[in-house]
Amino acid sequence: MSNKEFIRNFSIIAHIDHGKSTLADRLLELTNSVQSREMTQQLLDSMDLERERGITIKAHAVRLEYKAKDGNDYVLNLIDTPGHVDFNYEVSRSLAACEGAVLIVDATQGIEAQTMANTYLALDNNLELVPVINKIDLPAADPDRVARDIEEFIGLDCSEAPRISAKTGENVEAVLENIVKLVPPPKGDENAPLKALIFDSYYDSYKGVVVYVRIMDGSIKPGDTMKMMSTGATFTVVETGYMRPTSLQPCKGLSAGEVGYITASIKTVSQASVGDTITLVNNPAKEPLAGYRKANPMVFCGIYPADGADYESLKEALEKLRLNDAALSFEPETSGALGFGFRCGFLGLLHLEIVQERLEREYDLDLISTVPAVIYKVHLRDGRVIEVDNPTHFPDPADIDFIEEPIARAHIFSPPDYVGAIMELCQNRRGVYLDMVYITPERVDISYILPLNEIIYDFFDALKSRTKGYASLDYELAGYQQSKIVKLDVLLNGEVIDALSFMVHEEKAYQRARRIAEKLKENIPRHMFEVPIQVAIGGKVIARETVKALRKDVLAKCYGGDITRKKKLLEKQKEGKKRMRQFGSVEVPQEAFLAVLKLDEQ
Amino acid sequence: MRCSSSMNSKDKKGIYVHIPFCKSKCHYCDFCSVVPSGDIIDRYVDALKREAEGYKRKNKIKADTVYFGGGTPSFIGAERLSDILLHLRKVFDISPDAEITAECNPSSCGGDFFSRLIDSGFNRISLGLQSADPRERKAIGRLTDADAAKQAALNAKKAGFNNISLDLMLGLPFQNTESLKNSIDFCADAGVTHVSAYILKAEEGTPFYEKLSIEGAKKMNLPDEDAVCDLYLFAAEYLQEKGFEQYEISNFCKKGHISRHNYKYWNLDEYIGLGVSAHSFFEGKRFFNTRDIDEYIKGSKPIPDGSGGDFEEYLMLRLRLAEGLIRHDTERRFGKGCFEKVLDKAKKYKGTNLLNISEDSISLTKQGFLVSNTIIAELSS
Repeated sequence: MSNKEFIRNFSIIAHIDHGKSTLADRLLELTNSVQSREMTQQLLDSMDLERERGITIKAHAVRLEYKAKDGNDYVLNLIDTPGHVDFNYEVSRSLAACEGAVLIVDATQGIEAQTMANTYLALDNNLELVPVINKIDLPAADPDRVARDIEEFIGLDCSEAPRISAKTGENVEAVLENIVKLVPPPKGDENAPLKALIFDSYYDSYKGVVVYVRIMDGSIKPGDTMKMMSTGATFTVVETGYMRPTSLQPCKGLSAGEVGYITASIKTVSQASVGDTITLVNNPAKEPLAGYRKANPMVFCGIYPADGADYESLKEALEKLRLNDAALSFEPETSGALGFGFRCGFLGLLHLEIVQERLEREYDLDLISTVPAVIYKVHLRDGRVIEVDNPTHFPDPADIDFIEEPIARAHIFSPPDYVGAIMELCQNRRGVYLDMVYITPERVDISYILPLNEIIYDFFDALKSRTKGYASLDYELAGYQQSKIVKLDVLLNGEVIDALSFMVHEEKAYQRARRIAEKLKENIPRHMFEVPIQVAIGGKVIARETVKALRKDVLAKCYGGDITRKKKLLEKQKEGKKRMRQFGSVEVPQEAFLAVLKLDEQ
Repeated sequence: MRCSSSMNSKDKKGIYVHIPFCKSKCHYCDFCSVVPSGDIIDRYVDALKREAEGYKRKNKIKADTVYFGGGTPSFIGAERLSDILLHLRKVFDISPDAEITAECNPSSCGGDFFSRLIDSGFNRISLGLQSADPRERKAIGRLTDADAAKQAALNAKKAGFNNISLDLMLGLPFQNTESLKNSIDFCADAGVTHVSAYILKAEEGTPFYEKLSIEGAKKMNLPDEDAVCDLYLFAAEYLQEKGFEQYEISNFCKKGHISRHNYKYWNLDEYIGLGVSAHSFFEGKRFFNTRDIDEYIKGSKPIPDGSGGDFEEYLMLRLRLAEGLIRHDTERRFGKGCFEKVLDKAKKYKGTNLLNISEDSISLTKQGFLVSNTIIAELSS
């Protein structure tokens, strides 16, 4: 057990791409925490997907040992946090386990939307901030300006902020020194009843659930009987230990101020839910720690196996993912068009994409998903209010009094050149202008109230393309507002295809309906008969297209007995049919569903 | 579809002989053919004979059709063709009433070519016309003018051939129903008994394909898909008017003059393919020869292609025929049940103009032929 005086618990916060994972790598190297042969880039981003996309999806924690210039040996617990707005929840639970945070700002780009969002989160958690200016090796770096911006806008003293290059390793040691100097040692009483905060957990097939904790008060050791304060469930501690970069290192016990892991033959992650407080049965704490903000899914869509036979595999895969992703929710649903599948809830669109990609890649599943939706509050004429996140459950328009939709307060940070383009985009997306603040002469913060369903619908891509990638976005939920939401139904050959229905604002209905009809026309192969595509609100058709009947699909010459060629063609054709979904008499390829999801803005 | 076959016991095979030589290669052609040089033709003929030897049995294999295709069989001359046929007669038991066909190009069948073929036992001629329209002919690189084909047909008749086929192509550059009508009239006037009308297809690797991918269909004056369909339907109608009954997707004949050899393919009967790139279906197995002439001459072994003859193949091939899938024959070859299953799947086409459905047979209509790939895939899946 370590002396609290020499422990520093910190996380690194930054806007995406400002060099968080690279700095983490350097810190690991500098503290000799990994052998260089074990060193892979972005060591803490252990998922392939994280490395590829350059984003951190899950929180990670690692214990470093550092001999500081004052001659003392320090234990530095680094808790890495995800960078994307979808994962604010993960950031918040990681931050609550720390006393300080290293705030990285890119010397070429300066303050960005998530720099601010994460700074506020850190300040909310009373963390000491350690500013670091990164990427000074780049020609466009302007550390003086960035330092001035941080001082002026965030109010952090930057006179001693290390100016570093995490890439080359230049001056990185100064970061470690500042962590030791600026981040306070943890408080807490090791003799008080145990309060351990769960900030992450994952399932390990040998150890059961591995629970990552920060001990706030008291201590815990193998053999103790521990209790989850939210559920009252008890477990016998099997192992305690520290997180090393590439392995778990058992220890005799953990005490106040320390960060480590506990295993206790826990079978599912839901029995050790993140945010819960662990105490001991013998000497229990009276009150749990202030709970975390619970991660509520905000975006929903149906996920179906392309091949109905894969339903069980999909279910297993989702269950496995949920073991390590508390924010993912799913329940079985049935679609007339797509068969058996799941209605899944996500934190945001990125979360949705990541889950889908992991299902397809790690579990080798072929999926069809439906248009993402938010939760609408539908006020019925009889006074009831129902929440609808699935167009299938949209009530009869005649029964609806009014509908409310979730809105978000969005901050868009951008160079002033793009203000016009951004405002135009926000207006198009039914945004209500709030404010515009020049943070610096080069950086402006534009705030809007935007309906959440406009944000989840391709907003980020549109923003990036209109600002050449310079703008950044952050948003927080801001309640509900009354709104004219209608349900659009897609009919193929006169039959409603439930999986293609979606909810949209009345103003957008015509435009979206037309685009969807066009996209479907491009993607539905010709049939033996004409296939009318209609998009309707209630019974009223507002857009239509027609897929002309197939006229020619023939192998004219079957010559010289070359049957093989024809057989291959037949096989291919039958294979193609397997990838089709049958809707009444119409066959729709998977691509059609994807195309409808990715209607680009015209 | 799981339907077991009681191997059809028809013991008379078809024999296909591939002659891979041409005076020049047509732009659209992806069949195995070269413009020969040196003594390659003679070495090839030797290789053919050697391959045929491999089929020598104590009890000779019986055959009742022989088909010389290409390439251009006529290009190697009547003497070599007769010589090969003579050799085949030594190896195989070829019936006296066998149908023996040679594909001929009007430019290489002058002089006493036809009478020499007649003398050695050939009784059917297939001539490549493609089109009677000079502009269309030029667009696909045909060397001679159409009248040479008519002359060739007349010469063949004069020599004693009373079973002559002309090939037409549909969907040629510049082609329209008017010009197609002229080409069909031309066939009728030439007094032939059989017409094949193939829809032009751009096969990858041909100069025609290259050109199409660079210039596009419009610049090449190719009719669009709808126009091609109209041409096809027009051809089928008009040929019928001229006395040529459609008996297969692309084949039409005067009564009693179907191509007995090709019918074997469509009826899932067995055949032996000799020569480069030739396919065989023999003793239940499918196999084919290399496409490389030098390899073939060196004596490369045929490439196995699995077993053949299952119900799926039968369905796929029979539906190319106008008579379609016949219950009686199907049940005789594959037992009861198979026909019913197809009949069941075919029901969704009731009320369309694509399939003729009765309790005794299922067949494609002219409109159905145009989308036969899709329908066959549906009926066999």
